[in-house]
Amino acid sequence: MSSTHIYSVYDEELKYLTRRISEMGGIAEQMVADSVRALVNADLALAQKVISEDAILDDAERQINEKAIVTIAKRQPMAADLREIMGSIRIAADLERVGDLGKNNAKRVIAISGSGIPRQLARGLEHLAELALMQLKDVLDVYASRSPEKANTIRERDGEIDAIYTSLFRELLTYMMEDPRNITPCTHLLFCAKNIERIGDHATNIAETIYYMATGAQILGERPKEDNTASLGAASE
Amino acid sequence: MNMMSEAAVEKALDQKMNTAPYKMTGKDVSVYYGEKRALFDVNLNVRENTVTALIGPSGCGKSTFLRCLNRMNDTIDSCRVTGKIVLDEGDIYDPSIDVVELRARVGMVFQKPNPFPKSIYENVTYGPKIHGLARTKAEFDQIVEHSLQKAGLWNEVKDRLHESGTGLSGGQQQRLCIARAVAVSPEVILMDEPCSALDPIATAKVEELIHELRANYTIVIVTHSMQQAARVSQRTAMFHLGNLVEENDTDKMFTNPDDQRTQDYIMGRFG
Repeated sequence: MSSTHIYSVYDEELKYLTRRISEMGGIAEQMVADSVRALVNADLALAQKVISEDAILDDAERQINEKAIVTIAKRQPMAADLREIMGSIRIAADLERVGDLGKNNAKRVIAISGSGIPRQLARGLEHLAELALMQLKDVLDVYASRSPEKANTIRERDGEIDAIYTSLFRELLTYMMEDPRNITPCTHLLFCAKNIERIGDHATNIAETIYYMATGAQILGERPKEDNTASLGAASE
Repeated sequence: MNMMSEAAVEKALDQKMNTAPYKMTGKDVSVYYGEKRALFDVNLNVRENTVTALIGPSGCGKSTFLRCLNRMNDTIDSCRVTGKIVLDEGDIYDPSIDVVELRARVGMVFQKPNPFPKSIYENVTYGPKIHGLARTKAEFDQIVEHSLQKAGLWNEVKDRLHESGTGLSGGQQQRLCIARAVAVSPEVILMDEPCSALDPIATAKVEELIHELRANYTIVIVTHSMQQAARVSQRTAMFHLGNLVEENDTDKMFTNPDDQRTQDYIMGRFG
């Protein structure tokens, strides 16, 4: 933002949105990291903390939307300002969803806590979560810097997450076929893996929104897609 | 399905908008008030059946340019216009041009409603009478009804056509002025901040009217309201310090303008 508005209050309204989005991003990041840690260590207390934190994100999204609507009504924003406000609404929605997915993972910790997770699977899940978290962290940095080039890089990296998710999917199927007692924990883990993969998608959404906010143009071209699980079956193993 | 076809219709309209022939073209237009230069080599074309909005801060030259389009600047002694302005094929600053006839083809609506202190009926028939567009009472009656219909005022005044035009509300007066402009069947209508003295309801009526008039007329409007320019126009031209800095599709102009000065102006920032 090169210059300031004639109405200084308008600047403050826009700054409020930016600040709240950054806050939401920080909380969402922490929730996802905690949920995976709780899963791997079967830490019920930590899972409970994640579940209770989701309400903070829900509130923040509501407040951001209300502020955005009031600002649109009052200021009738144009051009970059309009894109900024519309972008805030969309990013807040994405971050709220990230929080939901973290919370869902935390709930599953309770369900799987009795049976324990094979070490190797936990590794795979941790790796997937690391990548998704890196995407989330990077996209929040890009939100602060508004660099369209970096937004594009993040979008291109999403294929990696999809590929790991697909291999984890295969692995879980194998465990289930080996021993039917694995089916319950593995099904939960499958949902956890899917949730983490979705978090990567939301990071990509945010990257696309930032690109639009910065340039006024939509990112061109298909997203990289490596999630092939839709066509995988037990028979293909 | 419905969505698709509506989108298709919109697209067809937009395409027509971008291919409509130029009704008026301005080439290297400069204007001087005495020693002071108010416009610098402006090249701006106006497409037929399109609403073109001229925006920019006060003193940027947008009204000056508008007034060049029907030679209203001729009334100012110290004013000198250079460059070329063409209506259809003809240069409007050609010495052989009859200015009165030009202003019948290129009508004007001003910022403040200025009906003549005459009846509503006479306000509308004044122009046609001067230009000899009608002779019989039936012909005049028809022009009055048609023009007031076009201006969206007929239903409100049809029972009091012989009351004074100045007794109407501000919004009605402005629509009467539009009816007066329409009465001489102009090809182009110039509007200089037509809504700045009107309340939001009257403004909405005038804007709705501009939208409808576009089908039959070419409209150029000067406005200080960004929202109004965004609502009523298809093309927008941004003036700054006597220069035309950007001319673009209105949708593009208000979401993602090319020029930094446009950006700062429409977003209300310090440049």
